[in-house]
Amino acid sequence: MKINYCDALVIGGGLAGLRAAVAAQKKGLNSIVLSLVPVKRSHSAAAQGGMQASLGNSKMSDGDNEDLHFADTVKGSDWGCDQEVARMFVHTAPKAIRELASWGVPWSRVKAGTREAVINAKKTTITEDEDRHGLITSRDFGGTKKWRTCYTADATGHTMLFGVANEALKHNVDIRDRKEALSLIHENGRCYGAIVRDLITGELEAYVAIGTCIATGGYGRVFKQTTNAVICEGTGAAIALETGVATLSNMEAVQFHPTPIVPSGILLTEGCRGDGGILRDVDGHRFMPDYEPEKKELASRDVVSRRMIEHIRNGKGVPSPYGYHVWLDISILGREHIERNLRDVQEICQIFNGIDPADEGKKGWAPVLPMQHYSMGGIRTKPTGESTRLAGLFACGEAACWDMHGFNRLGGNSVSETVVAGMIIGNYFADYCLANDVTIPTSTVQKFLDEQDAYLNEILAYNGSEDIFKIKNRMKELMDEKVGIFRDGPNLEAAVEELKELLVKTKQINVKSKERAGNPELEEAYRVPRMLKVALCVAKGARDRTESRGAHYREDYLKRDDANWLNRTLCTWPNKDDLEPTIEYAPLDIMKMEMPPAFRGYGAKGMIIEHPESEVRQAQVDEITEKMQAEGKDRHEIQDALMPFNLPMNYKERNERAGDK
Amino acid sequence: MSIEKGRDITISVLKFNPRSKVSKPHFVDYHLEETPGMTLFIALTKIREEMDPDLSFDFVCRAGICGSCGMVVNGKPALACRTLIANYPTGKIQLMPMPAFELIKDLSVNTGKWMDAMSKRVQSWIVDNGGEEVNIAKMEQRVDPEVANETFELDRCIECGICVASCGTKLMRPDFVGPVGLNRVARFEVDPHDKRTAEDFYELIGDDDGIFGCMSLMACEDHCPKHLPLQNKIAYLRRKLVALR
Ligand SMILES: Cc1cc2nc3c(=O)[nH]c(=O)nc-3n(C[C@H](O)[C@H](O)[C@H](O)COP(=O)(O)OP(=O)(O)OC[C@H]3O[C@@H](n4cnc5c(N)ncnc54)[C@H](O)[C@@H]3O)c2cc1C
Ligand code: SF4
Ligand code: FES
Repeated sequence: MKINYCDALVIGGGLAGLRAAVAAQKKGLNSIVLSLVPVKRSHSAAAQGGMQASLGNSKMSDGDNEDLHFADTVKGSDWGCDQEVARMFVHTAPKAIRELASWGVPWSRVKAGTREAVINAKKTTITEDEDRHGLITSRDFGGTKKWRTCYTADATGHTMLFGVANEALKHNVDIRDRKEALSLIHENGRCYGAIVRDLITGELEAYVAIGTCIATGGYGRVFKQTTNAVICEGTGAAIALETGVATLSNMEAVQFHPTPIVPSGILLTEGCRGDGGILRDVDGHRFMPDYEPEKKELASRDVVSRRMIEHIRNGKGVPSPYGYHVWLDISILGREHIERNLRDVQEICQIFNGIDPADEGKKGWAPVLPMQHYSMGGIRTKPTGESTRLAGLFACGEAACWDMHGFNRLGGNSVSETVVAGMIIGNYFADYCLANDVTIPTSTVQKFLDEQDAYLNEILAYNGSEDIFKIKNRMKELMDEKVGIFRDGPNLEAAVEELKELLVKTKQINVKSKERAGNPELEEAYRVPRMLKVALCVAKGARDRTESRGAHYREDYLKRDDANWLNRTLCTWPNKDDLEPTIEYAPLDIMKMEMPPAFRGYGAKGMIIEHPESEVRQAQVDEITEKMQAEGKDRHEIQDALMPFNLPMNYKERNERAGDK
Repeated sequence: MSIEKGRDITISVLKFNPRSKVSKPHFVDYHLEETPGMTLFIALTKIREEMDPDLSFDFVCRAGICGSCGMVVNGKPALACRTLIANYPTGKIQLMPMPAFELIKDLSVNTGKWMDAMSKRVQSWIVDNGGEEVNIAKMEQRVDPEVANETFELDRCIECGICVASCGTKLMRPDFVGPVGLNRVARFEVDPHDKRTAEDFYELIGDDDGIFGCMSLMACEDHCPKHLPLQNKIAYLRRKLVALR
């Protein structure tokens, strides 16, 4: 048996995992990062829009601070988030972005003087002050009070990922790619590393570590239509689930985006609609005003997505070999505008669909369809990032449910979470590794390795008639059809039942090549059952949650039900042979919230079943705030009195801003 | 759904498993029906799912962003995910793995390993010459927007390796740092956060495996999917460093 020993093992080399590894390495630990692919190819590279941080540098973001970022994040989450975590996050985000700047991320900067911008489809002139010249600038994104999203043109994720990956190389983090974690080594409620398969040689190895941190990203690929990279299969979350001890949380909270292009699923930015682009149906009719007369195409992401699907269901979709879609028409903005402001959209349309969106009339329309975009759920952690049930197991980034996004995440808050969580959780993780020892017998390690070895042999020996690719594709279709944007009891029930059948069928396959290495079908054969387990957590969680909150929308339960559902869903998989997860709930404590539940600010009013404590806590909050204001206390002191929070390192230090008095 | 039948196309793939004792390089033809908007990503996925589950290739983002899927398409290195079948009027496409990289299997090559070594060799990170740790609670260092933009334009390289696979020098000199490596140096040279001098960069690339090896054949720039100004930057660096020779 080949055993690799290290202090800190990080599984996943996207933004979150790499930043966490740098934290461990800087504390003198010997850390290893594992990844399916060269780390710079991780899904994080695909983020375009930007990273939220309340720097308040540019004109349109002047006056921004942690309090505004916090309020936007909590509202955005539809009060499903952990407010303590949201506070930790907003306080560290400005530091994260400044750190990245010092690591060479070439953030777009404020340029003094006047420039034209299109705001609400109207031309507006903005004048930037001389004293802000050269500071990091920001752009507008949905759901934020100020322009808070910092960016590097249209390639934010790419520049961030290269910045962090290069920094990891600089600090000699041991990065090993084409290595896939297959299971976690654990005993008596503690995690000690992972069993890993080399994707080139097919060899199984054990990685034994004091602490293990999972940063494997989201699970978008359990859906058919998704903006996610093909490696976002959720197997990192699945191996945590398969310990039978660690929990996955809020897996039903899945975000959909209205305008990825069909069939590739590549995102066409929200800016298309922001600038005045419109949606058309099979007859060329602009349908959004029929549903949302006030906001039309500019209603929120989840609302537009729902209306598009509703319209397709009403028989107005455009048929194609890839299913039904609608059209996005930006040609009405004029060629000049597109070639200046929407260059990227034009390039995507040209390369992938052979369409020039600047061409007038039907010729230039782009086929679009709402698709899965982001996984709010993941491995349940405490604010320190450690699993609530399995000691020594940490998680960060999209793979985790650290829970700052609750049931809906705001654009720009995700890449921001990856680096911020990498800093905060990475440091708590490193402290854990410094304070503990590896105390695991080799026989236990051998047992876990033998288990995976036997499993691979078992798969190669299956002698049934099912096809693993067909099972996988059926799962994806099923998730789109029955666990998608619109959900209801009977469909979710049917989904759970069929997913269970599919899970059974994964043992009735026949893998054609019997090679242990270089055999893509074998890889599918062990990944798909894990994906099905993740899908079952999503479907069953959605079936049982009889309310609508954030992106989770139940047609048979339209209201957000704080009285009964202000809680977190927790899934475990206690027995290997179970066909579905065990579900429990953990309540959110209103009496500890800095911002008790209220109306989110968009969508229809009166759609909340209120919790009696909301009012009580609000009165407390108001009283404390008024009293302290009268005593001349500042906003930091008041915040601390309402809901104290901790941070590692010196991250608690106040953030300096150009607008400080 | 009413749709017309698509063209019949043939995709011919070089298959070879260097780790197998019996495998020999050979071409396999796959016949399939073209669908609207079909890319090589869609076609190869279909081939693997329906015809040959043993076929190896690499895709991650399938959107031309991550640099995973470089391969030689009808003789030219390109990103397979952004290659539209419709652009090949004969409907016949031949695929081979990129040269200059270690072959993993079939169309899969180890660009990641090569790029990590390149990054370490040119120290592809900010070097601030032992300056004190930046206080991240304080205001960030100012950067002129034009300079930030210039750095960004060079930072857009996705390390796909297409320039390396196109490079005549690299085929003759296995240790050549390649256009991608020289571009990385150019990128840090403009970044005001980096305090390295021309002498420091000379240490890294001032030899025939570095900046003086380039024969200016220009194929790198012609094939770069991100349209990086490789020749310009290599010429600029050479002028700057030759003065130190
Ligand atoms: C098209 C698109 C655009 C986006 N734009 C934005 C944006 O503008 N702003 C924003 O804030 N967010 C955006 N997001 C979301 C954001 O990009 C992601 O949430 C974030 O990058 C996730 O980072 P991560 O580090 O958690 O995981 P990832 O970057 O997904 O990395 C996961 C890592 O885990 C590895 N891995 C996975 N499974 C295993 C395993 N079993 N064993 C070993 N390694 C494994 C992978 O190889 C990879 O290295 C966007 C998302 C999409 C899809
Ligand atoms: S310079 Fe261009 S071709 Fe070369 S690796 Fe970078 S993006 Fe690819
Ligand atoms: S798969 Fe990412 S560039 Fe082709």
